[in-house]
Amino acid sequence: MRDLSVKNVEMVYEVPNGSNVHALSNVSFDLAAGRLLTLLGPSGCGKTTLLNILAGFLAPTGGQVTLGNDIITGPGQERGMVFQQGALFEWLSVEKNIAFGPNMNGADKAQTKARVDELLDIVGLGGFGDKQIYELSGGMQQRVALARCLANDPDVILMDEPLGALDALTREKMQKLILELWQETGKTVILVTHSVEEALYLGDRLFVMAPRPGRIERDYDLPFAEKGLHTDTREMKASPEFIEKREEVLSLIWEMEEEIMGRTEGV
Amino acid sequence: MSDAGMGARAGGVSGAIDGMDAAAEYALPASKAKKSPNKDRKTVTFGDSSAVRSDTRWSVIAFIGLILLWWVSTKPWGLDEAFKAADLSDAERITVCNQSEECGRDSYSQLAGPLTFPSIRDTWNAMGTLATEGFRGPTLWEHMRASLWRVVRGMFWGMVVGIPVGFAMGLSNKARGFFDTIVELFRPIPPFALIPLFILIFGIGDGTARNLLIFASIWIMIIAARSGVGAASLSKVRAAYSLGASKRQVLQKVLLPNALPELFTGIRVALGVSWGTLVAAELVGTREGLGAMIFAARPFFRLDVVVAGVIVIAVLGVFMDMLLRILEARLIPWRGKG
Ligand SMILES: Nc1ncnc2c1ncn2[C@@H]1O[C@H](COP(=O)(O)OP(=O)(O)OP(=O)(O)O)[C@@H](O)[C@H]1O
Ligand SMILES: [Mg+2]
Repeated sequence: MRDLSVKNVEMVYEVPNGSNVHALSNVSFDLAAGRLLTLLGPSGCGKTTLLNILAGFLAPTGGQVTLGNDIITGPGQERGMVFQQGALFEWLSVEKNIAFGPNMNGADKAQTKARVDELLDIVGLGGFGDKQIYELSGGMQQRVALARCLANDPDVILMDEPLGALDALTREKMQKLILELWQETGKTVILVTHSVEEALYLGDRLFVMAPRPGRIERDYDLPFAEKGLHTDTREMKASPEFIEKREEVLSLIWEMEEEIMGRTEGV
Repeated sequence: MSDAGMGARAGGVSGAIDGMDAAAEYALPASKAKKSPNKDRKTVTFGDSSAVRSDTRWSVIAFIGLILLWWVSTKPWGLDEAFKAADLSDAERITVCNQSEECGRDSYSQLAGPLTFPSIRDTWNAMGTLATEGFRGPTLWEHMRASLWRVVRGMFWGMVVGIPVGFAMGLSNKARGFFDTIVELFRPIPPFALIPLFILIFGIGDGTARNLLIFASIWIMIIAARSGVGAASLSKVRAAYSLGASKRQVLQKVLLPNALPELFTGIRVALGVSWGTLVAAELVGTREGLGAMIFAARPFFRLDVVVAGVIVIAVLGVFMDMLLRILEARLIPWRGKG
């Protein structure tokens, strides 16, 4: 397991008409292995951009990202990605989707099969192996995406609004699943969300990001993820300390939103 | 459902009777439901094209209507008079006939038909004769085989060349730039317009017909393949790279299967166009083929043969499209369900 280190990352999108977008400005942080970091912030503050840089899909215009001793220059198996939706391969069965990574690496067939069955059980899809993707509900599809990512045993799991398209109940179940997986595997997880509650509940660390230029506004260490594993979720979300944190973060985000509104009104 | 109900209770006699009652009870709503297959609970249907389905009864009515129209128009008291009025004198017929080198005076008198629109019976008989003896040479089956083979071969080469080119255009700047010019310039050219040039290059006969059909399908397949590559969502491609796929694997395991729906659409369009180009292609000195058959019958005013040929072409076209649809449902079950 390796620590993630982000140093002075800059990202400027060049737009043809000249008005360049400063999506990330001087973003720096260190993330110890095995932590669960959630990213929260108003739309357009660069969460997806940051995640894409960490995944190696985008090269930053400045600064660098290292995992352990390796500088990240492109996508790699040690960093798995779970997308919001639509990244599963419809032409493959559930089983084959999950086995995609090992198959690309020419892994042993029997071993892969055993691993896939195990993962299906872990994400609660035992017996669904030979179903087709379009036969599954949105929640089940995200479980497959998670299992597919885990099949390659990455050090870091990156998730961009993985639960964004799910209904409230399914979402809650998936949150629990993510927490349990994180606990069991000890992997580093970075998760983008739009829900303050989700960010607080899942994150053992939380960045609230601010836009224009995109930057990390506040860095919280949170106790709820650890607690959430042992106590009743509902109860915890209703506890005074949770509510207090939620209000704090919410007002921070509202402030930002108002500032943005004021700025656009001024123009 | 009723079977299960009965089976589950088959243990005792009274149980079996109960089971039958229950089965009867369940069977009723089930059969009702079948009669009106989910008779849309939608209240707004006018303007909702997804609620419009092809009503088989009306399709049958249209078909019967066409047959009736044909039947009526070839009756002595029907529209047939119109054809009579346009009749040519024997002398004129012979002149027309002599313009084509194929028929001499003698053969003409045996082969020429009346200049009237062929009745259903005439056409049916013509098909029978065509199937067994043929018209001036090959039988209907040989014509059909030649035509089908030509189309399949044209499609094959159109695909073999078109798909890789389309993929290259979807993957590389250089290929996109290079082929864009060529595709945009050649695509709008109707294959018919090229017949004289093709004759010059490939000579009169099979070569011209074959290459004309390749020309008809290749641009369609290139464009289908290009848009097929474009159809892959960025997240699928990125997911594949993150999972350790190489470029080659992304191409084989992601881009190719993901492009199947577009490729299939391309194949269906290309098949339609090829089939449409076929008759013209077979004009050019081919001996076998449905188009050749029709054009061989023309100078003899054997309209029954012409109509029989046209019908065979229509039916084969519909049949091939149906075949492709079935294949598509098999190969691309996820289509339209994403
Ligand atoms: N390919 C691109 N070209 C130009 N500008 C871009 C591009 N991608 C993102 N941007 C801009 O960069 C900024 C950050 O975008 P990003 O997608 O990272 O935001 P986000 O925080 O993920 O937003 P959301 O919460 O809506 O998903 C935005 O202002 C956006 O308009
Ligand atoms: Mg985003």
